[in-house]
Amino acid sequence: MTERIVITGMGIVCPLGETIDSVWGKMKAGESGIAKTTIFDASTFPANFSAEVKNYDFTKYLKNPEHHKHGNRGSQFALGAAAQACRQAGIDIETEKPSDGIARDRLGIYLGAGEGSADNEVFFGTIVNAWNDQTGEMNWGKWSEEALATMKPMHELEQESNMPVTHIALLTGARGPTRSCLTACAASTQAIGEATMIIRRGDADVMISGGAHSMIHPLGMTGFIRLTALSTRNDSPQTASRPFSISRDGFVLGEGAAILILESLSSAKKRGVKILAEVIGYGSSSDAFRVTDMHEEARGAIQAIQAALTDAKISYKDVDYINTHGTSTTENDSIETKAIKAVFKEMAKKIPASSVKSMLGHLIGAAGAAELISCVLAISDGIIPPTINLHEPDPQLDLDYVPNEARKAQVNIALSESFGFGGQNNVVIIKRFEEN
Amino acid sequence: MSMPRVAITGLGALSPLGLTAKEMWDGLASGKCGITSIKAFETTNFPCQYAGQVPEFKPQQYVPKSHRKAVKLMCRDIQLAVGAAKEAVQSSGLITKGIDENNINIDPTRMAINLGAGIISCELPELGPAIAKSVTDGKFDMRKWGKEGLEAVTPLWLLKFLPNMLACHIGIIHDIQGPSNTITCAEAAAHLAIGEAGKVIQRRWADVALTGGAEAKVNPIVMIRQCLLKRARTENDTPPESACRPFDADAKGSVFGEGAGVIVLEELEHAKKRGAKIYAELAGAGESNNINPVYEQLEPDAKGLQIAIKKALAEAQITPEDLDLIIPHGLGIPADDLAEVRAIQNALGQTAVKIPTWPTKSMLSATGAAGGALDVIAAVCAMTEGKIPAARNCEKKAAGCELNITGEPQQKDIRYVLCCSYTYGSQTAALVLKKFDGKTND
Repeated sequence: MTERIVITGMGIVCPLGETIDSVWGKMKAGESGIAKTTIFDASTFPANFSAEVKNYDFTKYLKNPEHHKHGNRGSQFALGAAAQACRQAGIDIETEKPSDGIARDRLGIYLGAGEGSADNEVFFGTIVNAWNDQTGEMNWGKWSEEALATMKPMHELEQESNMPVTHIALLTGARGPTRSCLTACAASTQAIGEATMIIRRGDADVMISGGAHSMIHPLGMTGFIRLTALSTRNDSPQTASRPFSISRDGFVLGEGAAILILESLSSAKKRGVKILAEVIGYGSSSDAFRVTDMHEEARGAIQAIQAALTDAKISYKDVDYINTHGTSTTENDSIETKAIKAVFKEMAKKIPASSVKSMLGHLIGAAGAAELISCVLAISDGIIPPTINLHEPDPQLDLDYVPNEARKAQVNIALSESFGFGGQNNVVIIKRFEEN
Repeated sequence: MSMPRVAITGLGALSPLGLTAKEMWDGLASGKCGITSIKAFETTNFPCQYAGQVPEFKPQQYVPKSHRKAVKLMCRDIQLAVGAAKEAVQSSGLITKGIDENNINIDPTRMAINLGAGIISCELPELGPAIAKSVTDGKFDMRKWGKEGLEAVTPLWLLKFLPNMLACHIGIIHDIQGPSNTITCAEAAAHLAIGEAGKVIQRRWADVALTGGAEAKVNPIVMIRQCLLKRARTENDTPPESACRPFDADAKGSVFGEGAGVIVLEELEHAKKRGAKIYAELAGAGESNNINPVYEQLEPDAKGLQIAIKKALAEAQITPEDLDLIIPHGLGIPADDLAEVRAIQNALGQTAVKIPTWPTKSMLSATGAAGGALDVIAAVCAMTEGKIPAARNCEKKAAGCELNITGEPQQKDIRYVLCCSYTYGSQTAALVLKKFDGKTND
């Protein structure tokens, strides 16, 4: 008999706030976390707004913040979200003698996490001084001299995308299976899926899983702007993320961390912790199509959803709520709609399918985990979060996207979709926990 | 139903010792060193002068016509990975879309890919012209960048540097439609990816998985980071081939490099049914965490690595006495090497000092996310050839580094090999590879 896997803790640091209750309250009220970018001077950028985490101070979560002071934004978000999630799940942190009943080599970590920002002023400064625009050459000797003098070693180390995991390891003393993956916008859904598989196999009892990422830095912003992936609705940031609307013009870059504690049912029962929901299915596929576009017929997306349904041993008819990837790009929203129609057939228009990116923006590596948290809350609270800013429906997109207002509904099974650049497709299915 | 066994049925490598797995092995077996002076960029006044560089190659030769336009979207890490993947698929006898689209012999939905990748740093000269447009009074000006600078960045620039693009390009070329993951745990990434790919096959989500890792560290910003973290050798007082000295008393830091290693993992019965050559079996994988507030180093007793080694042995259902060879991570960074020795000794007990131990980075350099994959390929070749090559640059062992490392090659029947890795930061990983004995479960 394979282990059942349950969720016993959640934590979030995101543009709508940094407690589960406050974030959920705002989602139910349909509030937007999007505003002018303040982390760096983006005033002249073609997209000058984003979904930032505001006034964040990770030190309030920790007894020993000095071990983590050099952490990049993603690492610091991860620490706050992990501290919240561990508290809820009764996992001891910052102690060499935990008394939470979890052997440390049975406690693992799996995050979808992204790179840390460059030390921008220093980074650009070294190039300004060493680049010869006439010859098109860099003077590497000069560059290295300045780089050695100005770059801070730990800031450079923190650009590695495994660092959020590293900080959580130090925070919790976890010695079990530990990985960090980066499959673009699908990373944290993949992390949660693979973490589930690790427990199901019996290789860990508890996994700290989810995602952490901030691409709101000059080069990240530049990259997405050049791909024309971002909304440029500078005159109205709060309405810019409008998934499934005819006037959608791209996603809004966000940042944050979302952590879920995944645990074998037997461990959760032994420890007597509250069970929030059960993870019943995971599916993963790749488009193998183009690096720039999704497969036109949504081949990979369909395959991943079907794989997750098969893994969960349920029919498409059993799904009560679909938490879409819903980025607000022309391409994603129409191809995702195609995928839902192909899999859910006659049920497609009946199953509510909303996008919380309309409020949160796109947390990239952390997106899927934040969205899965909204699915857990939809189940426990009986409320489906809305797709806000959906006032001008796209006639081609005719599913029930839960426009503009949250809705009361009994949700027993929720399915969360994440699709990433390069054709990465990951889907996780959760269920209201019942003994049998 | 018993747990499926996982076979290795294909190998591919682009390494500082050559453009194929065989060239790498021949180089290793004959004691060659792939570390030279840096050729990739002008190094006058640059703090480190040596690197492990892959010989010149044309990325186009690894890419079918249908995907050739995309070569310009491939940074060097991707090019290396694509090259190694082609050799791995070819050596497996599988015919994918990328090998011959008229004779495909594998269901694309039953193939998975799982690669280790590094953080891919942008090419600074590529940003030079855009940054030059964004200067006021000799200083970088973000407002100018937002208006004029970013316009000078090529539109698809970001896609070149996303770590998952290694797996995505390979997936497109070979039409891999099953699960795809990219592990970004620096120097432990390839071992972790290979371990996870093995599990994907064991849970029957794929029959075949391409796995391994690639990274191009011969990039000024990557090299400078290693200097800043005091991991790179910056004393250039020896010839390049003597610079990287794992476990040696004269070790003064590691030498970084580039490479790609891709292996084909396959469910054993699937491999037997199609008459594939079985190079070896993946018998066990273990992983854990280093817990150390000094982030750039292993904890002194490397407990995280001990745990990983013990788990890998347990999964392979063997005892330390069964091991015939250890390929350690062995970087040539004295404190890390010493901690790794302690981990091996604590995990394996008294047997540790008897098992032949062969560090490869003295010849291959530290190739980041590729390293673990190159070591697995070296281990498979050692098993196949029944030979442990001479260890290089370990002439006088550093105090405390009592392992069985010798400068003489040995002929030996090798049944089990242990490969170890860890990253600065925290993740640790170990794999156990087993010689294929021709027997199946039933």
